Amino acid sequence: MRRLLSHPSLVIGLAATVIFLVIGLLSLVWTPYPIEQIDIGRRFLEPSAQHWLGTDNLGRDLASLVMSGIWTSFLVATVAVAIGVGVGVPLGLAAAAWGGAVEWLVLRLTDFVFAFPAVIVAILITTLIGPGAVNAIVAIGIFNIPVFARVARGGALSIATLDFVAAGRLAGLGNAMIAYRHLLPNVMSLIIVQGTTQMSLGILAEAGLSYIGLGTQPPATSLGLMLDEAQGVFLIHPWLTLVPGLSIVLIVIAINIAGDGLRDAIDPRLRQGNPNVLA
Amino acid sequence: MAQFRPPTEQASLPPGGRESGWGWFGPNLRMILFTLRRLLGFAVTLLVAALVIFWLLDLLPGDPAQFILGINATPESVARLRGQMGLDAPAHERFIGWVLGMLQGDFGTSYTQRAPVAELIWGRLGVTLPLSIFAMVISMAVGLPLGILAARRRGKALDTIIMVTAQTGVAMPNFWFGMLLTLLFAVTLRWLPPGGFTPWDEDGGAAFRGLILPSLALALPQASILARVMRTALVDVTGQDYIRTARAKGLTMGEAVWRHGVRNALLPVLTILGLQFAYLVAGTIIVENVFYLPGLGRLIYTAISERDLILVRGATIILIVTVTATMLLTDIAYALVDPRLRERSIP
Amino acid sequence: MNKTLKAFGLALALTTALAGMAMAQPTELRIGVALEPPVLDPTAGAAEAIDIVVYQNVFEGLTRIDQTGAVQPGLAESWTISEDGLTYTFKLHDGVTFHDGSTFDAEDVKFSFERILAEDSANAHPEFYEPITSITVIDPLTIEFKLDRQIGRFLFDLGRGDAVIVAPESADNNANEPIGTGPFAFVQWDKGSRVVLEAYGPYWGEPVHLTKASYVFIGDTATMTNALLAGDIDGTNNFATDALAVFEGNPQFNVLVGTTEGETILSTNNKKPPFDNLKVRQAMAHALDRQAIIDGTTNGYGVAIGAPFAPHNPYYVDLTATYPHDIEAAKALLAEAGFPDGFSATLKLPPVAYARTSGQIIASQFAEVGIKLELINVEWAQWLEDVYTNKDFDLSIVSHVEPFDIGNYANPDYYFGYDNPEFQALIEKLNGTTDEAARKELAIEAQTILARDAVNGYLFELAQTGVWNAKLSGMWQNSPIEGLVLRDIAWTE
Repeated sequence: MRRLLSHPSLVIGLAATVIFLVIGLLSLVWTPYPIEQIDIGRRFLEPSAQHWLGTDNLGRDLASLVMSGIWTSFLVATVAVAIGVGVGVPLGLAAAAWGGAVEWLVLRLTDFVFAFPAVIVAILITTLIGPGAVNAIVAIGIFNIPVFARVARGGALSIATLDFVAAGRLAGLGNAMIAYRHLLPNVMSLIIVQGTTQMSLGILAEAGLSYIGLGTQPPATSLGLMLDEAQGVFLIHPWLTLVPGLSIVLIVIAINIAGDGLRDAIDPRLRQGNPNVLA
Repeated sequence: MAQFRPPTEQASLPPGGRESGWGWFGPNLRMILFTLRRLLGFAVTLLVAALVIFWLLDLLPGDPAQFILGINATPESVARLRGQMGLDAPAHERFIGWVLGMLQGDFGTSYTQRAPVAELIWGRLGVTLPLSIFAMVISMAVGLPLGILAARRRGKALDTIIMVTAQTGVAMPNFWFGMLLTLLFAVTLRWLPPGGFTPWDEDGGAAFRGLILPSLALALPQASILARVMRTALVDVTGQDYIRTARAKGLTMGEAVWRHGVRNALLPVLTILGLQFAYLVAGTIIVENVFYLPGLGRLIYTAISERDLILVRGATIILIVTVTATMLLTDIAYALVDPRLRERSIP
Repeated sequence: MNKTLKAFGLALALTTALAGMAMAQPTELRIGVALEPPVLDPTAGAAEAIDIVVYQNVFEGLTRIDQTGAVQPGLAESWTISEDGLTYTFKLHDGVTFHDGSTFDAEDVKFSFERILAEDSANAHPEFYEPITSITVIDPLTIEFKLDRQIGRFLFDLGRGDAVIVAPESADNNANEPIGTGPFAFVQWDKGSRVVLEAYGPYWGEPVHLTKASYVFIGDTATMTNALLAGDIDGTNNFATDALAVFEGNPQFNVLVGTTEGETILSTNNKKPPFDNLKVRQAMAHALDRQAIIDGTTNGYGVAIGAPFAPHNPYYVDLTATYPHDIEAAKALLAEAGFPDGFSATLKLPPVAYARTSGQIIASQFAEVGIKLELINVEWAQWLEDVYTNKDFDLSIVSHVEPFDIGNYANPDYYFGYDNPEFQALIEKLNGTTDEAARKELAIEAQTILARDAVNGYLFELAQTGVWNAKLSGMWQNSPIEGLVLRDIAWTE
């Protein structure tokens, strides 16, 4: 633990992430005003003691909306990462442990998902099951699966030839047990580091999907949805765009810094690439 | 929006790699086998993709004929139009007809726009492709030098500044950045158009200027990533033997890094570029929306909401072909450069 | 592609030189419109976006609707109506040509209407013309229509975009290359981007002021705002009211606020419990705070309505006080109806800003009386299928933009399922009446019944909020029919 905390970027990033997370969690039990409370008489108010960040086009309290939006971001990104890990890691480990046809299938599957344009899948899901946060989670989650599958497979391959794995095989362990006992613990750190990356990508993706109307729907809110609602009045009330926009930037930076720190702390060798951070 | 890309194969290689014992012709044969297997995978992916797209779109609620005729149309006119559009045939017949048509270059006729799908897609590629290329060029022109600079000044103030900027660039939603760019360059300074697109053959200058802000918006996160990757890769190679050798031969550190380091660091960078390009082609839809560009993404977006199924299918297949082909080429190129890659089981 | 590459090279060289040079010629006009039409043939599709581009610009009908909603002579310079109101004889203009040079005559008129009435017609509204029993060409410039019953609004219906005159040679290509008789000829359509029209030299009528007009498709309010401010477009006929403040008080722009035929209603499924209960519908009407909805949705630019009728129509009667905003009354009515604690329902919202925003406001207002609404956002295609065709909905919000569409309430199969024989008889009578005073009286009675029965929640009449360069004149302030008529638009000094 002390070793972890000796990495300043990890401490700073983690602290900032936790602060945002706490704000988001707080919105579940308390916000200054209920976010679905519309009060047309109080629209477009400046920040004041009553409304810390002012009000939006429907007279809703902006501070409350941001709190709730932060929660949406975390929720969507986290569940999407969970989907990716839950499905992708077993696939990747299976590919490494069994090899051959299994590996071929898993790799083709990941290719296939990558080839499918993410936004189009999101649009299709929306038209099939209706827009909403769930839609965003599913769409983002699907695209997390091959990422984790490849990371798990890659990590597992690099140790699959090592002695203790061979020893396990000699001891009569099946592929499934090898994967579970030996491969999984050894790729865990890779998965965690990749998790932070996918987390921040997920937050950006949720914002993008909600921004084009495919994600979170009113009366719930998300930072992307707030940007969408505010952009029509961007020139008159730029504040309404700046608050959610900056929130996204700060959260993603916090998570990325924490992720970088984590990478350094867990395994300095990993600094090497992380070439999968593309957006 | 952000995208989700695989870590490249090279990241998952066992350290070291193994020598091939196949003699001089081994590598060539292996390369050919590797390419063939990749091509097979490519074809299978496309076929499965075609099936999935066809099936998914058949599930969508909403009737294209009703959409065209709109509110107040009589049920009889809707039924008539359905018949005319060939929507009453069984699904497998329509699927086979569609695939056979595409193999001959016939993508069908759009329901709502009543024009050949191939023509519509081709028109939109004239926006999406240049946009992706500009964004690539900008991100390379900005990202790579900054990455090299940061690596050269490792630990100095400049390094910190560049890396903080890159960190921010990665975190900025590109549509939001696009809005800010528009406010500054289009509304306040009036240097560039705020959106919309003039066709190339009508006014090339106007067309080009229309793509500057969108390419910048797309390029920012990509440039930030490139800068980070370039820096990491360079910092990494500086510890390698060949750099030490070069230094021993009397080169300064800067010269050694430039002559040997950059070239080696370019490998991971190139891989990323391939993936980035694939992503850009498919991923411009949100930026196309912000700037109201008539690109492929927006074509598909509108077509889905108008239930122009045949257009959606054709355009999506084109996107998938582009992305898959780029990934295929990247893999093959990479395998050519780095023999270790085709060594282990990447079919 | 080669062309593209060349253009691209040129572009690089010219970029700096061209920056800021895009000045508008004083006879050219660039208009921003939110929706791109799927096709450009107004006789084969219902989209308002089609009419915005081509109605009265590229295509003309026998009659035309003017800015006040009155019927004016179009391709027919005059007409006579028989005593029994069943025979219409039209005298056509001489010397009219289509944009491909071919001559317009009575055969084209006959063709156009036979095409509307044909078995395989793609027209969205054949029912308007279905009373026509015969079309006889008397001579090349005279044509006679016989009807099987009196239609009070037949001349108006002839002026709709659905009934414009097309030529047999070009009709099949009108979807992508429209050829009409109007003052503007179609030049090109850059899909996804814009449509360009040019003044047609040999136009038969009064010459127009503009030489060229482009419709630029910009669906996003922020982009539209920026394009107007940057001078990339010269105006738009309907700008989102939210951001209108940017242009109000700016001397470079002229904000034109007028009326449309769009009655925005909270559509209610009258056949589905609990909405089949009059008390429930009355309670909902009491729960609505129209002013807040208008302020929040249209920035105050809508006009409150108490019945599905346009306030600027001469037959209009103000019925907004039938069920005033009164939460206590709403709660009392709900209790009487057997819902003392309210109930839950769904509200399906099509993808238009007025619906999405007013939906949120109404949900918040209904919550105050105990009605919990679940908002479901749908696309148009899905709205048409779920709400309109299959009537699978509780509540929805939509603007009915057809002029004088009160007759829909007499159709028991219409999607909101209002079945009132008394009202149906009244509309029947109204359709067969030609005397103005009598028509007005009947129309007022019809409105009163619909208000009293609270068939739907009547919210507001959509305003038309145009934003135009201050140097432009001749734009329609009101929109009595779907279209954006370029005829009178001119640049002034």
